[in-house]
Amino acid sequence: MSKDRETIAAISTPLGEGAIGIVRVSGSLAFAIANKVFRDPSGQRQRELKPWGVRYGSIVDCETGEHVDEALAVAMPAPHSFTREDVVEFSCHGGVAVLTRVLETVIKCGARLAEPGEFTKRAFLAGRIDLSQAEAVIDVIRAKTDSARRLALANLRGELSTRVGRIRDNVLVLLAHIEASIDFPDEDIGVLEVKDMTERAQESVSELNELVRTGMSSRVYRDGVSVVLAGRPNVGKSSLFNALVGKMRAIVTDIPGTTRDVIDDWTTIKGVPIRLVDTAGMRKTRDLIEKLGVEAANQQAEEADLVVAVIDGSRPICDEDRDMLLQVMDKSGVVAVNKCDLESEVEEGSLIPHAGDKRILRMSAKTGEGINELEQALADLAVAEITGACENPVMANLRQLEALENAMRSMEESAHALSNSVSPDLAAIDMYEALFWLDQITGRSASEDLMEKIFSEFCIGK
Amino acid sequence: MLDYDIIVVGGGHAGCEAALAAARMGATVLLLTLGWESIADMPCNPSLGGPGKAQIIREIDALGGEMARNIDDAYLQIRLLNTGKGPAVHSLRAQADKDAYQARMREILDAEENLAVEVSHVEEILVSREGQVRGVETREGKVYLAPTVILATGTYLGGRVFIGDVSYSSGPHGQPASTGLTKILRNLRLELARFKTGTSPRIARASINFRNTKQQPGHILPFGFSFETHGTRGDQVLCYLTYTTRKTHDIIKANLSKAPLYTGAITGRGPRYCPSIETKVMEFPDRERHQVFLEPETRAGEIVYLGGLSTSLPLDTQREIVHSVPGLEDAEIVRPGYAIEYDCLVPTEISPWLEVKKVPGLFTAGQINGTSGYEEAASQGLMAGINAVLKLRGREPFVLGRSEAYIGVLIDDLVTKGTKEPYRMMTSRVEYRLTLRQDNADLRLTDKGFALGLVPEERYEMFSKRRRQIQDELARLKTTIVPGDAATTRHLEEIGTMPVQSQTSLGDLLSRPEVSYQSLAAIDKDRVKLPEDVTLVVEIELKYAGYIRKQMSQIERTQRLETRRIPRSIEYSLIHGLSREAREKLTAVDPRSLGQAARISGVTPADIVALVAYLETGSHRRKQDSGDADGI
Ligand SMILES: Nc1nc2c(ncn2[C@@H]2O[C@H](COP(=O)(O)OP(=O)(O)OP(=O)(O)O)[C@@H](O)[C@H]2O)c(=O)[nH]1
Ligand SMILES: [Mg+2]
Repeated sequence: MSKDRETIAAISTPLGEGAIGIVRVSGSLAFAIANKVFRDPSGQRQRELKPWGVRYGSIVDCETGEHVDEALAVAMPAPHSFTREDVVEFSCHGGVAVLTRVLETVIKCGARLAEPGEFTKRAFLAGRIDLSQAEAVIDVIRAKTDSARRLALANLRGELSTRVGRIRDNVLVLLAHIEASIDFPDEDIGVLEVKDMTERAQESVSELNELVRTGMSSRVYRDGVSVVLAGRPNVGKSSLFNALVGKMRAIVTDIPGTTRDVIDDWTTIKGVPIRLVDTAGMRKTRDLIEKLGVEAANQQAEEADLVVAVIDGSRPICDEDRDMLLQVMDKSGVVAVNKCDLESEVEEGSLIPHAGDKRILRMSAKTGEGINELEQALADLAVAEITGACENPVMANLRQLEALENAMRSMEESAHALSNSVSPDLAAIDMYEALFWLDQITGRSASEDLMEKIFSEFCIGK
Repeated sequence: MLDYDIIVVGGGHAGCEAALAAARMGATVLLLTLGWESIADMPCNPSLGGPGKAQIIREIDALGGEMARNIDDAYLQIRLLNTGKGPAVHSLRAQADKDAYQARMREILDAEENLAVEVSHVEEILVSREGQVRGVETREGKVYLAPTVILATGTYLGGRVFIGDVSYSSGPHGQPASTGLTKILRNLRLELARFKTGTSPRIARASINFRNTKQQPGHILPFGFSFETHGTRGDQVLCYLTYTTRKTHDIIKANLSKAPLYTGAITGRGPRYCPSIETKVMEFPDRERHQVFLEPETRAGEIVYLGGLSTSLPLDTQREIVHSVPGLEDAEIVRPGYAIEYDCLVPTEISPWLEVKKVPGLFTAGQINGTSGYEEAASQGLMAGINAVLKLRGREPFVLGRSEAYIGVLIDDLVTKGTKEPYRMMTSRVEYRLTLRQDNADLRLTDKGFALGLVPEERYEMFSKRRRQIQDELARLKTTIVPGDAATTRHLEEIGTMPVQSQTSLGDLLSRPEVSYQSLAAIDKDRVKLPEDVTLVVEIELKYAGYIRKQMSQIERTQRLETRRIPRSIEYSLIHGLSREAREKLTAVDPRSLGQAARISGVTPADIVALVAYLETGSHRRKQDSGDADGI
């Protein structure tokens, strides 16, 4: 039998929840397998499944007759299921171990373990979902955090498709105007002036730009935001790093210049995945190895999404502090005044001019005071970084981002051409290119829609 | 023994081109027409060309068809439209002297050696027990035998004319309708659709108050429709423009209950681009006026067609409407407008080479395939004629791609997507119009026409010379470096463009929007005088090189799907992962390539993925190896 027709099974936890797990079976053997493994609650008699009816019962090992778990079973006959095949879902409330046992039982009875995303692939092949929805499912599977998962779900519900659809509509209206004026040249059908066309094209560019930006940051969301700890030696960067990561990862000593290389680690702060980077203290040094470390630190500070500029609150501010603050002036992040368990030598007022837009927080890596506030501030900043200024974040994967970028470039070129009084029918070539890329996301064809637009907008014809 | 190689039924624009092409390729052809007066008739607007259609006429000419030469010989007025826009959409349009047009076409048919024309009413298509076409039988019971038959019956098939509450069985222009053929097509299990189209009233020229209208003169141009024509006629006549008024619209609204379109008497689908005045007034209530074009039908000009005023309202209402239009206050209607309903094939019944899939040897062309327009019809006639001959000779069909010709787009649209309304060509249907221009139709197609035996030696030589001139001039301009001396710089400033950096070629200069071929004459010392139709192509190719390159890469992108053939033996019912709709549509259309499959409406990208997966797995190949020719 071809691989595509085999009956497959997998654990599929309902999205967003964790208490109940589902084992899903799809394929022509699904019902036969259910008949073998699903019994009444006592485990004695076979339990008949009705299409779409939810049945309570127990799952038994078809070879040993052993009771595996209690479960709810639902049968979804083809072609009305997600995959358009016969599907049975067993909802069990056990943990991973029990779910795995249920899965094993099902596989013993003739199913094959599904490959990652295989259910989705079948649904896509069956025409059940469009490309961007299929990809969203894959994203859900891969998403590292709840927030990322929420975004992926929004996409699954069609957020990306909807927004791309809106832009696509706008481009279609433009093309309808251009095409109508070409095909019906001596009819006064009232098409847009070139100036208005240019404006509309530019609108699409900014909408695409926004989508690309939010899409980009959604990538940040999935892959995490990078946060660098910067500051002169011995201010407590490594101590803060350890406090945030929650383990002793970086070496802490009272010798300035302890950290000589970049250290990074993944952590989740308030549900947001963050790549935390500890660096060598920033100062002028003659030690070659430390010098390399300092250079690397500068580079990290440059590339990171966010910065924590660490100051030793028990010492007066010095030039090295000011240099460091100046260097990260334009970055968003916080100024962390550390060692607040000791007597303060730093006045907040004197820091403000050097802090840029960064909030100034007092804390102690030693006692843990203020660390929660630091975490909250970082999480907020990370989310802001991710969602940018826009209210509706969308999840876009690499392929979709590329398509969006291409569409944006083409619309830019068309707007540019129009504003340089290039004939609209030539600018249209770029618009069609943009449409091509937008359709790569939604998987539709433009031509029929365009005809529809032309005729609904204009009174045409002799 | 068979009487003829090919029988063409119908003498309209499709029938004429079909018969001529087949005869010129050496087949013996019989053309059966309802009457000499319906040869190449223009029952609707007496005009040819316009956006999309001009390109088709040029393509017909490039392939060796007749329409372009015929209109060049018989126009009253010619204009170049869209000159304010890019070169891809520049389009010729001509007002025809319809009598002269028909007369010349009759002469051409008459003079063609392998072609016989007979007036006869075909009532029966003869089909062998194996389902192969054998010939036709006329109403009088006369039988003509031929292995191929081309049906080009226009709107005569089951035609029904509507004027107000009067309706009667008829073809256009009071010709008899052909009812028997409809039945026959049904008997052949072919799916039919019912379409409608409309015409405007015609009025007496002497009754027009021209003072109240606007003149529309023709243009003087260095070319005509045919690549053999090198200038326009001096004796062009004027057309006129006027507008409907609020009063016109009130009359229409008050009489809507008498409009067969609105009473439900007409059920056929009409074209959206050619709405009746009733429809325009009702669907665009904000518009204060609509254009009315006064188009003389002949040089003598007694009869004037009212373009834009298509209607099927009763005659007395038509009179009121006409009289409410400035300039037509006293106009006398010579022939009222009418709507005509007719039967046509659902075009997915036919193959990309215009052969009816279920009836080998039977070809169809023109309105019977669901199109509207003389040019659309003629081009299909030409293609059907060519393919009928190729079939007789056992050769591969001649099919043009979407990236090769408007004709390719037209036929691909029809046979792939079908059509829900009479199909009219528009430039917006053509993805690659910057490379499919009217000025380069010969460069695209004349080689093919010559290979088919349709383009005579002499004409081919003329073409080859033109092509050589274009290529040489392009090469010369690309390699000639602009000198950096003071005189040159001054000239460039004079024509309003920046001075050049070193190593700039004349070709580079031409790509600047403000620079024209003409404006460079003074600094282009080696230039020799070339025909304008040559320099036009050269200038376009250089000026729009950037956009042309973009378009070429778009074409390349689609080629992978287009060239990926689908084996003829494919069984869509066996392919896992196809939706039911896709399965049905794919089976019905029987696409030749993945590209064509992807264009079928109802076939989703997911279906294509499944199809590719199937073709890749090789499960079909075993079957294919056992002698299935993927050919064609
Ligand atoms: N009292 C007090 N001491 C701290 C605090 N944070 C760090 N220290 C001490 O300060 C010294 C330097 O700490 P590190 O974390 O190694 O400092 P660093 O910035 O990583 O130093 P380099 O790696 O040398 O650049 C150590 O002795 C820490 O114990 C704090 O909040 N309070
Ligand atoms: Mg350190």
